[in-house]
Parts: sequence; C-alpha cells; structure tokens
Amino acid sequence: MESTAHSFPENARRALQDDTLQYMLAKSRSGFQLRRAAAAQRLPEFEALRDQGRDLKNHVLEHLDVYLEMFESKVVERGGHVHWCRTAEEAREAILGICQKAGAKTVTKGKSMIAEEIAVNDHLEAHGLIPIETDLGEYIIQLRKEPPSHIIAPAFHVSKEQVADAFRAAHTDLPPDRPLEEPRELITEARLMLRRRFQEADVGITGANFLVAETGSTIIVTNEGNGDLTQTLPKVHVVIASIDKVVPTLEDVSTLLRLLARSATGQEFSAYTTFSTGPRRPGDLDGPEEFHVVLLDNGRSALLGTEFQEVLRCIRCGACMNHCPVYGSVGGHAYGWVYPGPVGAVIDPALIGIKEAGHLPNASTFCGRCEAVCPMRIPLPKMMRHWREKEFEEKLQPATMRQGLGVWGWFARRPGFYHAAARMTARMLRRASGSDGKLGSLPLPMLSGWTEHRDLPAPEGRTFQELWAERRGKK
Amino acid sequence: MAEPRRGPRVGLFVTCLVDLFRPTVGFAAVKLLEDAGCTVEVPRDQTCCGQPAYNAGDRATAQDLARRTIAAFEGFDHVVVPSGSCAGMIRKHYPALLADDPAWAPRAQHVAARTHELVSFLVDVLGVTWVDARYDDTITYHDSCSGLRELGVKAQPRRLLASVRGVKFTELPDAEVCCGFGGTFCVKYPDISNRMVEDKAANVASTGAGTLLAGDVGCLLNIAGKLKRQGSPVKVRHVAEVLSGLADETPPIGDAAR
Repeated sequence: MESTAHSFPENARRALQDDTLQYMLAKSRSGFQLRRAAAAQRLPEFEALRDQGRDLKNHVLEHLDVYLEMFESKVVERGGHVHWCRTAEEAREAILGICQKAGAKTVTKGKSMIAEEIAVNDHLEAHGLIPIETDLGEYIIQLRKEPPSHIIAPAFHVSKEQVADAFRAAHTDLPPDRPLEEPRELITEARLMLRRRFQEADVGITGANFLVAETGSTIIVTNEGNGDLTQTLPKVHVVIASIDKVVPTLEDVSTLLRLLARSATGQEFSAYTTFSTGPRRPGDLDGPEEFHVVLLDNGRSALLGTEFQEVLRCIRCGACMNHCPVYGSVGGHAYGWVYPGPVGAVIDPALIGIKEAGHLPNASTFCGRCEAVCPMRIPLPKMMRHWREKEFEEKLQPATMRQGLGVWGWFARRPGFYHAAARMTARMLRRASGSDGKLGSLPLPMLSGWTEHRDLPAPEGRTFQELWAERRGKK
Repeated sequence: MAEPRRGPRVGLFVTCLVDLFRPTVGFAAVKLLEDAGCTVEVPRDQTCCGQPAYNAGDRATAQDLARRTIAAFEGFDHVVVPSGSCAGMIRKHYPALLADDPAWAPRAQHVAARTHELVSFLVDVLGVTWVDARYDDTITYHDSCSGLRELGVKAQPRRLLASVRGVKFTELPDAEVCCGFGGTFCVKYPDISNRMVEDKAANVASTGAGTLLAGDVGCLLNIAGKLKRQGSPVKVRHVAEVLSGLADETPPIGDAAR
C-alpha cells in the first residue's frame, strides 16, 4: 500500500470535513467502548489475564527463534510447508508462486492485515489472478477500491447507503431495481455473490491471529465464518502471518483468546475460532490438499532488543484505536498506512520509516487511554515518545519548532531570566487583552493554530513568583 | 498554650502555566496546604517540569530540567503540584528519564516518591475530608488525563467539592476523554485539537452547569478558550480556587473583570 502518512495533517483535515465519516465515527466509537468496558467488568480476572498475556508474550519475544523453529518443525511434521520471508516482496512472491503452481485463477481471502501490509491483492491481480475478499467489510472496501480504516472493522467508515451503491455498481448481473435499503438485503446479496466465489476458488488465503508452536496450528477468529470456507474449500490453503504471532502452547492461546474478543468487540469469544493443522489427512472428509504458512518478518526482528520490542506483543484487537480521541476524530484513513491509531503510530514508523510516518507518533495528546485499555499492556505513549526522540536526534522536526524549543530551553535553565521573561509575557498578554479577559489573536504565527479555533484566556497580569516574593517581603 | 504541632514541610511546585496565567491557583494551593497544617515554601529555582522538551523528544533538555527541579525540591517532606500533568511528570517520568544516571537516579526516585498532585495530596496523604468554603453554583468536572490515568485522581476532588457549601455537582459526560490540549499538540494539530475541544465544550453545555472545574491549567485554558470563543456563559476555574474559597478574588478563566 502506497503510504500517505507524510500528509497526515491534510488527510486529517479532509476527514474532519467528511460528514458521512464523522457520523460513522461518532456512531461506532461509543459502542466499542461500552461493550469492551462491560466485557472487562463481567470477567473478575480480566486485569490478571492482562498481566498473564503481557508476561507470556514477553517470554515469547525473548525466545522468538526457538518458538518459530518449533512451529516450523511441527508444520512440516503435519505435512505442511513454511516459507520464511524477510520482506513484503519475498512474501508476495512466495504467495504468487504457490498460486501459480496450483494453476489458480480465483483466490479467496480471509481478513488479514499482513495481506494489506504486503499488498498481495495488487500483486496477484497484476499476474492475472482474481483475489476475492470474503470478510464482508473487506469485500465492501475491495469493491470501493480503498484500504481498511480499522484493523478489525475495515469498513466501519462506510454507510449502508454507500454499501448499496458499491453493490449496485459491482453486481451488474442482478436486477437493477432490487431493494437494497435494509442491512439484511445487503448481507443476503453479499452472501449470494461470495458463495459462488468460495466454490470456484483454487487457493484460499487467510491470516492468523496466533501460531501455536507445540502443534504447528494456525488460528483465526471471525464472526462470519468466511474464514472457514476460505480455508477448507480450495485445494490449497495459504496462511500469511508475521513472526510475532507465535505462542508456545494451546494453553497460552486460550489466555490470549480470552483477552482478544473482549478487548476488540466486547464479545466473550468470537463466533468462530478456527484451528488449522496441516493439510487434509487420509480419511478426513474435507480440508485442503496443501497447507502453506508464509512467515513474514518485514522489519519486526529489527525491533527485538530495542525500545520498541514491546509493541510486538500486540494481538491486533483494535482497542487502542477504539479509545483514541485522535483516531475517533479523523478515522483510520488519515493515518495513511496499514495500521492506524496508537498502535499504528508505533508500528508504522518501524515498518516504513520515521521520515515517512513522523506525524503519526506526534499526533497524540499522550492522554494514555490506549495504554489503559491495551490487553497486552503495551506502553504506547512511551513508544510514541521514543519515536519523537529519534526524530529529534535526526533533526527531522520543523525548524520553527526546534528553534522555539531551544529558546524556551535556554530560559527554563536560567530561573532568573525565566522569571523575568514570564513577568514580561504576563504583562504583555494582559495589556493586549484590554479589559476583555481573553485574546482573539496572537502575534506569533506558531500559535495561530490556537487562536484560529479558540480564544486565549488572558493571564491575570502578574506572575505567582513575583506576587509570592512581595507577600514574603511584607511578612 | 501548647506549641502548635509542626506540620510537614511542603515545597510547592507552582508549574509554569499557573505562574504565568493563573497565580491565584498558586495562592489557593498555599491556602489549602496551610489550612491543612503544612508549612509551604516556594523554591525560587523552579521553572518548568520539562514536559515540553520531554514530549518533543529532546531528552537532554528534559533531563537537565529534571535535575534542576530535583535539586530545588529534594529537601522537602513533600512536593505538591496544582497539576496532575506536571505532578505525573515528576512522579512517573523523572525516575525513567534519569534511570541511567547513577548519581541522579536515586535522587529522582526520592523526589518522585514525595511528589503529589494537590487535591490527591490533601485527601490521600493528609486525610482532609472537608474544606471551609462556599460557592453557589452547579459545578461539573473534567478529569485531566495525566492526573486520572497516571496518578488516580478521580474521587478526591469530587469528595472535597461535596463539602463546599452551595455547590451542586453534576457529572460531565465523557469526563475522562481528553480535551485536546496535549501541550504542543494543540498548535501542531489544531484541527484535530479543535474537534476534541468542541466535543468537550458540547458536553459541558449539555450538563447545564454554570461552572466547569478541572485540576490542570493547560486543559482549562483550552476549554475556556473554546467556551469563550463560542460566547458561552459557563465559568471556568481550577478546582483549587473553589476549594480554597478564593474564587471571588479573580474573574473566571477567560472572563472579563466584573
């Protein structure tokens, strides 16, 4: 996916002016938050589970090589194949190779953010294959030719009227006067169209929420059952997963599964939790003839041992974006790359570079809600600050900001000068406000963003330090 | 007559915004602390806690300012701050900021452990359960992010406000959602910040309260600035002004003198 993260401020401005988007954001925001809070409340050990989840993934990240190799050997033992891919390009090629070898024409896909990360659909299309998204949300945005705006609810920015428009444009073999007002009508139509695709698919690609080292199983959770049809009907099943998805045992997976749905949608469990272990065995009634796991690094191993390692604990529940006031204001597309919201603000700079994605870790008030709800207790604000430190070291921030900070720092280190400057500023602003108590504009262009939208309350006129010194003098 | 019991010696970290914009909050803090039996001093060597540098990625300047603040305050029994944000900086971030400095790490931890946000210090440390003040209005309260999530400031201001005569309290919808100030965030991303403070102002209006309080001048400047731009009659004040009974001494934030 082509990044527009560098244009975040312009993207955000557009998003703020998009009435449909603003309506959809407001509608979904409170729902996600209330459901997550209720689910957490209902489970007395929820906070303890978060600690367990954090410790478990910390352990895995310390021994990632061991668990990945264990996973690989189990997959092979069960008759599957593992493809180690360092880059997005290697992963795209591996998948294309598997599809071409199978003589595939139609490829069904379950929902996968890694597939977005490596832009596999474009690659397959460029080589004459037809990739079909089978998650309803993903199907909608595929028809609309746009990326997901949320990691678990990819089309939540789309209104049902817009879905109907997309269906009418794409499903031209259906009667043009059919009713498409009700959600049920839309779902029925999507189901009809997707059934045909499931039956004609030669290869099914799914993501993975977890990889289990002790069994070589891959796990997906869905609410639509589309993942099951994607991976059991075609001859070939390809799982695409990043290396941070591995966990040691089935027991460990159940810990994380108890956290995942509650944090994501407020469900106790997703409707479908599907385990895939190798290809069809003799005597099995169904299942693919070939089972492939494409394991993607794409910059993740470089985070091990750095201040960003902890972000690899992420289980992609989306709670951070559901609770982020910035995400809630501008939605996912404004972030300009695959992963939006607070976790995207940490991961995206790691994967596409801080120069490209520099705005993302800056576009945060550090309100801390993301960390407060993250099931894996990832210190997201701290990591965004680490990215800002990298920007500062590499002098990537705007010159005006650096100079302003430099001047401020000079004074802040010298209390005498600082207090004098504060006295002057307080008087100046007080005088400029007249008797109004507030200022509608400021002479500093740096602060025009403040007065464009709000007044600046005037200072009382004298600083605390000077009044305190006077009071002390009188005593 | 018996010698009055000598209370704890408290260093007041004024904060740069209180110093510059709202000295009344400093005096309100002094009054509340003295009424609770503390001896209050205001070290002259303080400027800013360093958050602007820290959050801009300028670690060296932040460390420098942290060392200066620590040196100015390490001799006190307690350090009290009329801001959850600056208190959080000293309490939660100074130890991390200086963790790799063997000379300063223990000093940072020493000061961090003794640093408190004003209202939570009164309630949690000094055991204050009521204040002697009067304020005739319906009040609503915004929970500033750092105080709430870094320091657990939530029940304490409500508890003391309940003891103020004349106060009717009404909860603010989405009281725990950020107002959009975020330090330099509000000038770096003004459009997003504006959306957030618009939502906050709308929630304030929906309560019908006559006064909005919070514990951080940064958030208050932001919310008051929006309300005043909209022509709202809602009065905006720091919680300490009401608790100390000093609200009559100065007009509300962003309002003209009567």
